[in-house]
Amino acid sequence: MLKTFKLGGVHPPDNKLSASKPIEDLPLPKSVFIPVAQHIGAPATPVVKRGDEVKVGQLIAKSSSFVSTNIHSSVSGKVKKVDFSADSSGYPKQGVQIDVDGDEWMEEIDRSDNLVKDFDLDGKEIVNKIQEAGIVGLGGATFPTHVKLVPPKGMKAEVLLINGVECEPYLTSDHRLMLEKTHEILTGTKLLMKAMNVEKAVIGIENNKPDAIKLLSDKCKEYQGISVAALKVKYPQGGEKQLIKAVTGKEVPSGGLPIAVGAVVSNVGTAFAVYEAIQKNKPLFERVITITGKGLEKPSNFKVRVGTPTSALVEAAGGMPEDTGKVISGGPMMGRAVPSLDIPVTKGTSGILLMKEEESKRKESNPCIRCSRCVGVCPMGLEPYFLRVVSEKQLFDRAEENRIMDCIECGSCSYTCPSNLPLLDYIRFGKGKVGQIIRSRKK
Amino acid sequence: MSLTIIYTVATLSVIGTSAAVILFFAARKFKVVEDPRIDEVEEILPAANCGGCGFAGCRAFAEAAVKSDKLDDLYCPVGGNEVMNKMAEILGLEAVKKDPRIAYIRCNGTCDHRPRTSNFDGASTCAIEASLYKGDTDCQFGCLGHGDCYDSCDFNAIEMRPELGIPRIIDENCVACGACVEACPRDLIELRKKFPKYRKVVVSCMNEDKGGVARKACKVACIGCGKCVKECPFDAITLENNLAYIDSDKCKLCRKCVPVCPTNAIEEFNFPPRKIKKEEKEECSTAK
Repeated sequence: MLKTFKLGGVHPPDNKLSASKPIEDLPLPKSVFIPVAQHIGAPATPVVKRGDEVKVGQLIAKSSSFVSTNIHSSVSGKVKKVDFSADSSGYPKQGVQIDVDGDEWMEEIDRSDNLVKDFDLDGKEIVNKIQEAGIVGLGGATFPTHVKLVPPKGMKAEVLLINGVECEPYLTSDHRLMLEKTHEILTGTKLLMKAMNVEKAVIGIENNKPDAIKLLSDKCKEYQGISVAALKVKYPQGGEKQLIKAVTGKEVPSGGLPIAVGAVVSNVGTAFAVYEAIQKNKPLFERVITITGKGLEKPSNFKVRVGTPTSALVEAAGGMPEDTGKVISGGPMMGRAVPSLDIPVTKGTSGILLMKEEESKRKESNPCIRCSRCVGVCPMGLEPYFLRVVSEKQLFDRAEENRIMDCIECGSCSYTCPSNLPLLDYIRFGKGKVGQIIRSRKK
Repeated sequence: MSLTIIYTVATLSVIGTSAAVILFFAARKFKVVEDPRIDEVEEILPAANCGGCGFAGCRAFAEAAVKSDKLDDLYCPVGGNEVMNKMAEILGLEAVKKDPRIAYIRCNGTCDHRPRTSNFDGASTCAIEASLYKGDTDCQFGCLGHGDCYDSCDFNAIEMRPELGIPRIIDENCVACGACVEACPRDLIELRKKFPKYRKVVVSCMNEDKGGVARKACKVACIGCGKCVKECPFDAITLENNLAYIDSDKCKLCRKCVPVCPTNAIEEFNFPPRKIKKEEKEECSTAK
């Protein structure tokens, strides 16, 4: 029987429209805006100024603390300004705007497609290189990877899990990457194993991608210690804690990190970025993004430079259909609607989804009928209906008691609610407030 | 009459009497001695239990007032100076005199002034919309119009105007308890000095963006030009972060700042209509 996690979960329709579309390079945009805060942690500090000439891969913002990352230029050209511009929330964030001029890369970057499998670096050197290359978790959470690789004192990683689940409907970027860059991902996995000094790595893939499971199972025999686990389709299996439960059967304690059960989880995209950073000297400045939607002329997978405006992606996929109701950055379950198409693509953007007017519109919500379906589907064992009430009434101490901080914001509760209550909206708000309270208490 | 009835009555009387005796002594022994002035003070308080004084209701405020030696930090915004004077009399203390205050909403971004650029269909509260994104207009400082302030008001002093998209303070009802000030996630509401006849002169904008950005988002945004600062004869207006602010304690309601504002961001309320200048009048009549 196929493995999966036990608690909760839902089965939204797959809608993987772009699964058969190979990864294409997106034409270079005229201008990019690269935010300095694309990751969890402190924003990076810009090191370029107006008028500077930059090359592709050049450092433009330096990480300001341990939990922070470097930001590199994704294009070559002239820095137009270091200023504030709207990010996906519409609030202005600091970033570097660069006018594109040609495509000149830094000399040390190996632009060839040659596969380089061998490496003779030790763990520490790998971690340092990852830190320099500005690699973050590309699954969407954008946690700096080098921080993950250094376990807190007294803890030891036993197994590395590579997340190829891609449980969000519509998104196919990880799927295509696994099919097209199989050896690169496996080498990247080897590098991560070396960096953490673990002997075992498991690549978790959901059963709706049989081609990827077959390909990786074949190829991973050439690499010692790597195996593939086929998983039963269930959302949100791509969640870190759910994946650990599904593959190893261990449960991460409430409030704890995966390392507490000896596991570290990285996305396949991250493994590929690690390969490129170490074997090709290429910092993280581009990623694969799915652009999809039912009304879209050609849903595709593009390799996109960070900072490219969303509108460029939409144009390349055939232009915005007239009946578009919402443009969502990310997948339909966890992604957020964006207020404008000018916002730039960042390291954490895994997909752009254009939803039709009629499917995007939320239905009118009715009072809670206490059916407890949300409790049944919550993969973290929380009580979403209750968390909504306490968040709405701003009883944040009770929200904290009821483990609101454990919420992974997967959206299963809102998806399943028969009264169409926007449960996750309330819970996200409450979680934000409780987070603030906890941080202020620590100070 | 049978003996049973006599016995029953007798037993019950004995139990009743002894219980009464026990209760009498118990009540004496465990009596809670409370300052009678607490009740007196509570009597004169407005009994609104709004929390505007910072205490959990009027009783808690009365207890705190009786306990303390001076009334410097205690003030009931609902009752105002009148109630505070009465209270001071009862307690034999001196009351602080404060100018009465009233709430001002510093945003005039109605649907006409501020075009809606996106459509928010999430949970309908201002706090959530503000936590998710900049809001359904291009102004990241303005009113979101879901009525968190309206919900927080216990005095029916805020009116939602769905046709305009922003609320309004009903001056007669506002007691300056400050509940709406806390509720607004954008900090648009401020308690300012209450002038006679509820007259107000206020910069109805909180936009700190640069002039061009602010103007693009909203027709009546403060663009930080500073004309009002120069015009004000009382130095009541300051300019900070591209935003003018009128200090209500210094303002004398001369209204000179209102006509100089190029974007009409400064609003005046409850004044008699301005006299039209003579020349304009003549022009009009000749045109006819």
